[in-house]
Amino acid sequence: MSNVNQVRISVENLSRNFQEVHPGLTKQEAMEESNRCLYCYDAPCITACPTGIDIPTFIKKIASGNVLGSAKTIMTANPIGASCARVCPTEELCEGACVLNHSTKPIMIGNLQRYATDWAIQNEQILFQPGKKNGKTVAIIGGGPAGLASARELGRLGYDVTIFEAEEKAGGLNTYGIVSFRLPKEISYWEVKQVESLHVRIRTNTRVGKDISVEAILENYDIVVLAIGMSSVPDIGVSGEDLAGVYDAIEFVKETKTKPISNQFLKKRVAVIGAGNTAIDGATCSVRLGAANVKVLYRRTIEEMTAYEFEYEFAKQDGVEFRWLTAPKRIIGDGQGHVKEIECIKMELGEPGEDGRRRPVPIEGSEFTLEVDAVIKAIGQSRYVDLIEEFALEHNGGVIKIDHNTFQTSNEKVFACGDVIFGKGQGEAMVVSAAQQGKETAHAIHKSLFHSVTETS
Amino acid sequence: MADLRINLAGIESPNPFWLASAPPTNSGYQVQRAFEAGWGGAVWKTLGDPILNVTSRFAAVSFNGQRVAGFNNIELITDRPLEVNLKEIYETKKRFPNHTIIASLMVEPSQEKWHEIVKKVEDVGVDGLELNFGCPHGMAERGMGSASGQVPELVEKQTYWAKEAAKTPVIVKLTPNITDITVTAEAAVKGGADAISMINTINSLAGVDIDSWNTIPHVGGIGAHGGYCGPAVKPIALHMVGECARNPRINIPISGIGGISNWKNAVEFLLMGATSVQVCTAAMHHGFRIVEDMIEGLDHYLDERGIASVMDLVGKSVEKYSNWGDLDLNYKVVAQINNDICINCNKCHIACEDTSHQCIDMLKDPSGNSLLKVREEDCVGCNLCAIVCPVDGAIDMIEIPSGLPPMTWNERQAALGVVSCESNK
Ligand SMILES: Cc1cc2nc3c(=O)[nH]c(=O)nc-3n(C[C@H](O)[C@H](O)[C@H](O)COP(=O)(O)OP(=O)(O)OC[C@H]3O[C@@H](n4cnc5c(N)ncnc54)[C@H](O)[C@@H]3O)c2cc1C
Ligand SMILES: Cc1cc2nc3c(=O)[nH]c(=O)nc-3n(C[C@H](O)[C@H](O)[C@H](O)COP(=O)(O)O)c2cc1C
Ligand code: SF4
Repeated sequence: MSNVNQVRISVENLSRNFQEVHPGLTKQEAMEESNRCLYCYDAPCITACPTGIDIPTFIKKIASGNVLGSAKTIMTANPIGASCARVCPTEELCEGACVLNHSTKPIMIGNLQRYATDWAIQNEQILFQPGKKNGKTVAIIGGGPAGLASARELGRLGYDVTIFEAEEKAGGLNTYGIVSFRLPKEISYWEVKQVESLHVRIRTNTRVGKDISVEAILENYDIVVLAIGMSSVPDIGVSGEDLAGVYDAIEFVKETKTKPISNQFLKKRVAVIGAGNTAIDGATCSVRLGAANVKVLYRRTIEEMTAYEFEYEFAKQDGVEFRWLTAPKRIIGDGQGHVKEIECIKMELGEPGEDGRRRPVPIEGSEFTLEVDAVIKAIGQSRYVDLIEEFALEHNGGVIKIDHNTFQTSNEKVFACGDVIFGKGQGEAMVVSAAQQGKETAHAIHKSLFHSVTETS
Repeated sequence: MADLRINLAGIESPNPFWLASAPPTNSGYQVQRAFEAGWGGAVWKTLGDPILNVTSRFAAVSFNGQRVAGFNNIELITDRPLEVNLKEIYETKKRFPNHTIIASLMVEPSQEKWHEIVKKVEDVGVDGLELNFGCPHGMAERGMGSASGQVPELVEKQTYWAKEAAKTPVIVKLTPNITDITVTAEAAVKGGADAISMINTINSLAGVDIDSWNTIPHVGGIGAHGGYCGPAVKPIALHMVGECARNPRINIPISGIGGISNWKNAVEFLLMGATSVQVCTAAMHHGFRIVEDMIEGLDHYLDERGIASVMDLVGKSVEKYSNWGDLDLNYKVVAQINNDICINCNKCHIACEDTSHQCIDMLKDPSGNSLLKVREEDCVGCNLCAIVCPVDGAIDMIEIPSGLPPMTWNERQAALGVVSCESNK
């Protein structure tokens, strides 16, 4: 496989492939870049950031040598600001709005944000103080970006906050789902630590509905925030999905973030089904595990693909091949229970469906097979419908219904934010919007209990 | 959180950051916005008459694409009637009682005029007065501003007149357009000044348009010299502050002005003896909001060092600032090039080769890679290579023992029995 990233990818030392791809800016680069920022007034980059970080100010603080102040400016607005510096589609957000797009080239806002937060991480800074206790208790179910962001704000407002997290570590998809070479888990852990420093208790290895009952939660806390995100990748609905060698992309990525890197993909041929960011992460992970050939099969075209442009570019540089208008028909085993081939069918785009996107229609008789050693399913995520129903909340196919101003569900003491309220057909869910919703949920809770919003300072 | 409050000659302020008397402090609206943004004090745009001005007032100097490296102006003092300014000072002070308002004053050199204006501004509740003996243009033509600020006797006499009437502390703002600023500073002390501030702007001509042959700026095709300020003047201002701070006869507090753009610049002025700092150009370039980083940066700086109060910084570097005759002639530094960081632009080599002491060799290592090396025995430790080097950490100036005991010029001359030519101030 010829590819540009090949130089960076080592077949001998697979673990090296999972180290962060981009080095951070050096001090000199950060100085030069931060001094290039115009420090606009009423800057469009602030509006373009879903969490509204005061970008010109944090950049000015890097330039002045007040890096601690810079990190505070970032993290005040965005409790997940260190991760976001790495995983935000900045060219669609802040950098896309930079006024310098109209004259020279935009400021590297993401990289500068990373520079400031990396500094805070390396210097072990604790940025915020807990607020004076106000006597109210909040249970947050799920310690991903949305849960952590609301916990951070509630902690600063003086709430007694407990996060219930099913996994061994908090951080949600930032810890387990986004590949290490884009987001090392240590970054996510640091954000978790910032939240813990506000006296927020995090009960890990505790799955609500299993390790603790829904009733117990509803009874023992004044307010409940549901921030459970989405669940595993659903079945594609073709035969052979149970064969060995068929993976759920999220589980697959999680393995690379939690276990020693294995060499079972070395020289293998991999097909990834889907073309969202999860598919891209599954594909690039496979390349980095030493796979000989990785193909992304997508039943629509590049136009409908939900992966971010930078992710797509990154995958192409990794040598990933894209097969558009291609859908899996069945996965064929080798007779010993292991994947051998995948049969596909060519598609064409028909009339627009419910979500407005043109619906792919199979072209009869266009079947073909590809020889593969592994199939990675990445066609989105299913929903925790059972748990939502246990909470007796109104939902639409697992998307919890909320009042968009208050983040309140059909049960007025239960609030919901993050991927769990992420509607279908809205493109890809983002860490930064989960963080913003978490923040807004906290402010809405505070308003509902105290009828006024006290600014945290 | 460190204590950022200051006390300058009895004038208290929530922090050392003041806006200098200039366009940013032209009206109550502006000063109130500044206080909201966090500025600790403001020196009101100089009051006086007559009210007149020209248009096309400012010009800036860009350096290699960096805008406003220096700033030049030909504007005069306030363009608003005294009564209006007095009313707005009163209202602003009422709304912001804890913030510092200083009235900047400039009148003809007459006793009555000084008494009259001092009384008027003190009646509306200012915290102090700043006598503007500094503006280099326009007013000087009428015997005011730097015209009086360049004559020590006039400085002393007018300070004395202002002090006769003043109940609040009097700061004398000095012009840098003079050979030795300590002379006028001393005159201010003799006149009874409670503090001095410096610098006002430096005589300048921002540029000449090489197409139209007009001056920059020009007023209808004719130009006149203006006053220079902004980042470019900082070293000059810092020197003048330092000279006054270390002069035992100038034993009054200093408000430092000139090119201060961020908290680090402010720390430098504080260390060199200023108790407060005043800012004009940086605010004009970016707006009042820059003060947030100034305050926070200073606060973090103090916290990091465990310094409880900003007042503990004031003057801490003054004793390290002396005369050339006190420098150790046997102290030796040489340049050292770190080839693992060096990017081989060879700028150090050519700088040393053409304009210093020809001691950086361009070599090849055994595998043929370029390598730069300093011949230490020929290096005079001038710093030029480190100055032109574009990469942080590629050239270090390292101290090497000279093997000789410290010996200053003055000590040497004394040992030789020669009378020192250094006039010891
Ligand atoms: C592979 C992949 C790549 C992605 N790449 C990007 C990217 O580059 N940029 C970007 O902006 N976004 C990306 N996203 C999307 C982003 O990760 C999500 O939008 C974001 O993590 C949502 O945050 P959340 O807190 O709502 O949910 P999650 O991050 O999913 O967190 C939910 C948490 O709840 C816990 N939980 C669930 N059920 C229970 C229960 N019953 N009891 C207790 N705890 C429970 C889970 O263990 C988890 O920790 C990616 C997503 C995936 C899957
Ligand atoms: C446009 C302009 C007008 C000024 N007007 C006054 C003035 O009325 N009175 C005064 O004392 N200084 C005046 N100054 C000088 C400033 O107060 C200050 O001393 C000088 O600009 C140096 O500070 P800076 O480098 O921060 O600008 C003026 C400066 C500028 C740029
Ligand atoms: S829009 Fe661009 S230049 Fe302006 S503040 Fe934002 S990053 Fe800086």
